[in-house]
Amino acid sequence: MSALVELKGLKRYFDTPKGKLHAVDDITMSFEEGQTMGVVGESGCGKSTLARTIIHLQEPTAGQILYKGKDVTYPTKKELPKLREDMQIIFQDPYMTLNPRYTVEDTLKETLTISGQYEKNDLDHQIRRLMDMVGISGRLRMAYPHELSGGRRQRVGIGRALAMNPKFIVCDEPVSALDVSIQAQIINLLMDLQEEFGLTYMFVTHDMSVVHHISHNISVMYLGQLVETSPAKELFRQTLHPYSKALLSAIPSIDIDKPKQRIQLHGELMSPINPKPGCRFAPRCPYATEACRQPQKLEEVLPNHYVACCRVRELNPDLSQAAAPAAAAQ
Amino acid sequence: MKEERFSHEKGGMHGHPDKGHHPHHPERDHDSVQRHAKGEELLKVNNLSVEYTAGKKITHAVNNVTFEIRRGESLALVGESGCGKSTVAKAILGILPDRGARISSGEMLFEGKDLASIPEKEMEHIRGNKISMVFQDPMTALNPVKRILTQVSAVIRLHNPELSKREAEDRAIEMLKTVGITPDRVRDYPHQFSGGQQQRVVVAIGLSCNPELLLADEPTTALDVTIQAQVLDMMTELIRERNTAMLLITHNLGIVAETCDYVAVLYGGEIVEYGSKREVFKNPSHPYTIGLFGALPDINSESTRLKPIDGIMPEPSDLPAGCKFHTRCPYATECCMEGPVPVVELGGTHRCQCHNLDAVRAATGKEAAV
Amino acid sequence: MSTDTNATVQANVQEESGKKQSSFREFLKRLVKNKLALFGGIVFLLICLTAIFAPLIAPYDYQAMDMANKYLSPSLEHLFGTDQYGRDIFSRVIYGGRWSLTLGVASSIVSTVLGIIVGSIAGYFGGKVDSVIMRFIDILQCIPGILLTICIASVLGTGLFNTVLAMSFGGIWGTARMLRGQILTVRNQEYVEAAKATNVSEGRIILKYVIPNSIQPIIVQACMGIGGTIMGAAGLSFLGLGIQPPMPEWGAMLNDGRSYLRYYPNMLFAPMLFIALTVMSISFFGDGLRDAMDPRLKE
Repeated sequence: MSALVELKGLKRYFDTPKGKLHAVDDITMSFEEGQTMGVVGESGCGKSTLARTIIHLQEPTAGQILYKGKDVTYPTKKELPKLREDMQIIFQDPYMTLNPRYTVEDTLKETLTISGQYEKNDLDHQIRRLMDMVGISGRLRMAYPHELSGGRRQRVGIGRALAMNPKFIVCDEPVSALDVSIQAQIINLLMDLQEEFGLTYMFVTHDMSVVHHISHNISVMYLGQLVETSPAKELFRQTLHPYSKALLSAIPSIDIDKPKQRIQLHGELMSPINPKPGCRFAPRCPYATEACRQPQKLEEVLPNHYVACCRVRELNPDLSQAAAPAAAAQ
Repeated sequence: MKEERFSHEKGGMHGHPDKGHHPHHPERDHDSVQRHAKGEELLKVNNLSVEYTAGKKITHAVNNVTFEIRRGESLALVGESGCGKSTVAKAILGILPDRGARISSGEMLFEGKDLASIPEKEMEHIRGNKISMVFQDPMTALNPVKRILTQVSAVIRLHNPELSKREAEDRAIEMLKTVGITPDRVRDYPHQFSGGQQQRVVVAIGLSCNPELLLADEPTTALDVTIQAQVLDMMTELIRERNTAMLLITHNLGIVAETCDYVAVLYGGEIVEYGSKREVFKNPSHPYTIGLFGALPDINSESTRLKPIDGIMPEPSDLPAGCKFHTRCPYATECCMEGPVPVVELGGTHRCQCHNLDAVRAATGKEAAV
Repeated sequence: MSTDTNATVQANVQEESGKKQSSFREFLKRLVKNKLALFGGIVFLLICLTAIFAPLIAPYDYQAMDMANKYLSPSLEHLFGTDQYGRDIFSRVIYGGRWSLTLGVASSIVSTVLGIIVGSIAGYFGGKVDSVIMRFIDILQCIPGILLTICIASVLGTGLFNTVLAMSFGGIWGTARMLRGQILTVRNQEYVEAAKATNVSEGRIILKYVIPNSIQPIIVQACMGIGGTIMGAAGLSFLGLGIQPPMPEWGAMLNDGRSYLRYYPNMLFAPMLFIALTVMSISFFGDGLRDAMDPRLKE
């Protein structure tokens, strides 16, 4: 298995009147081919900016983006269209992402035409194929976005992304605007498509239970930085970073018999503008000490399980034995 | 009937034992001396129907909804967008749009008075004093050009005209402290607070007049998960202390599980299932409720495929005849397509509106075994 | 299997060819369904027709003076009476429509088109280009519109073409500013971002995404502007800068009538009636046009 997309020290800062906003700060991540990387975090953690930077809707401030091992951080005007065919995006709000004056057909047709992969007389067949693939019935072909329900609009959005025959799809909160019963339909559709076409997903969301369901690997972000990344099962089996733990414990559970020991967080997010060095979660962290004011490093504490917390071994005593061989191997 | 009510009051003790809280709050008992006894009927909604008219199109947003809330208890109205849950809250508070909306039948007895027919003057008195509301988006509920202290104290003075400005402000500061806003920030403007803090202010305003009933319409949907948890915990703690009843409107079953005593599941403007939290969560009976639970990704399960409910929610203006859910229901038969659907009592407070409960039970019983 | 797909493809082709007409037909249908817009359109059309066929309709020569019949009250012979030179007011109003309508419609079109160009440049490119254009507009908008128009008119001289230019100059900026604001909102919509992500070219984004979604208020403003221009042109005529007498023009007639308001109100009312009818019918029509253009308002 090889990495389709790799990020190395990727940064994206914004200039604001008050200073530099560190939206994405030094992210290193790799997306294995045919797998899903779930990126979890709360609003303002930079996950959407990260997504947009990877597919070149935003220009990185520093760092590298590798696609199939090739550096594509700053693509030329010639390379960009090809790159965008391979890397597509599905947006969060299906109400906002379709041109209100385009019918379903217009939307799909435009993308198919631009991709240049099909003959003109083949387009109709392709539109039909795409609509079948994402489950929109043929009678909705001439429908405008406002005539469609949220779930159907999201299907059109998925169809548009697939029209380019991409390899890598960024899903930016694709189900958070949908009702529960519809959400499950879309998640199943995305998983089916992955199986069929061997797609690689970056699945951005704030919802831990959705990400648990769809991901092979999970990265947790807090204020522009990675705090924990690991294979999905491993992360839920043994959550290590205090923020990941808090995030998990905050999900309201439907199990009324198993009361959750909720980790009480206090305070709110600090400003991502000119942040102080050190752990950005420290002001809300119940375990923060003096040492947390030093910059934190992402460290492999268990095989493939990286955590950026200087107190991780102290707080998880059972780790110390298990972690020793991993550290030695490095 | 009376015995039954008593029994589940005792049995549930407001469902909090299962959250690990001590069920007996000494301060609360002290507090509720002047207040009415808990468990007494506060709001009873009988066969409420609301319709919206736009041109020739009539939308039946709420159909024959019946439920009751007793003092100090909380009821959750659960459903997906377009199921009419917000309309119920608006009807109770008397803030349905003047044009086009109409309560076409039913009554809403609040302390014995029908909210649908009392004059607007009296309703104004009830709003804020006895019933208050917390909306989804805090920014729409706060005045952006006024300091939050001014806003909270204005509400307090509106309902307690005998207080001086100073006294009202003191009380407002106290109130803001209870929702977690420190006194040094009370003179800030709404935009200087984060979304979670704004919602805290809104809750403070909602509770500042010690209402009997708090209507909360998706109060934490706009917030982040960790902030949502903080605000929810604070809210439930406060209403418990003050013995305030709550009608919580949400689409999130997890929130219901953590905050409410009773649950009403809405679909197509009808309550398809009603019962105590335990009854509904442990023994979901209506195919829609079962579907909702099935569609939820569960962090504790290892299965990879979700079980969505087929099809899409019908438009509220274009509801099917018969059982509103039959177009999406895997158990639908001939008899579901038309006519009224019987309400089946399932023991306790649990009731369910379905023709084919036996078939559903047989099928789900098997599923559970597998 | 293959025949099956062929059949669906054919069906699609038919749907396709049917659609191109139907979207325009749908637009017309929606426009016609709107009773007020239909009424507005018909009234405006009638006014235009009377102006175009003025020589056939007008009972008298609009220039013919008849000093014996000054200040006549409305009668069957002179529908709106006669003016201070004994000219038939009805004939003058009908001929006047030729100048007034041309002036109104032409300057509205010119100013809207120029406004759209300036506004799209400012809104789409943003940054420095936007700042420079907007500051320039700010300065222009500080000068009272009528003053600006007078300056231009006096430099260019009189005549229909020059008056159109002078009148439209003032209208460009409001339109430009409005469109710029609209574009700024539309440009940040996710569907524009989505279009970029699927390699849609910049030009196509402006043409197919940004303009159609931001043009509505501009069209309404352009329609309303016609009425304003007619009134404004009256001001110019009054100062001797617009259309020159003896050519009848509604604004100029209004000015003439002003002095006789107390004794012969008919001199004032006739042009006023036509101006009011025109403005009203256009704004009804403009509203309907806006609604019909928006697929979101479709039932």
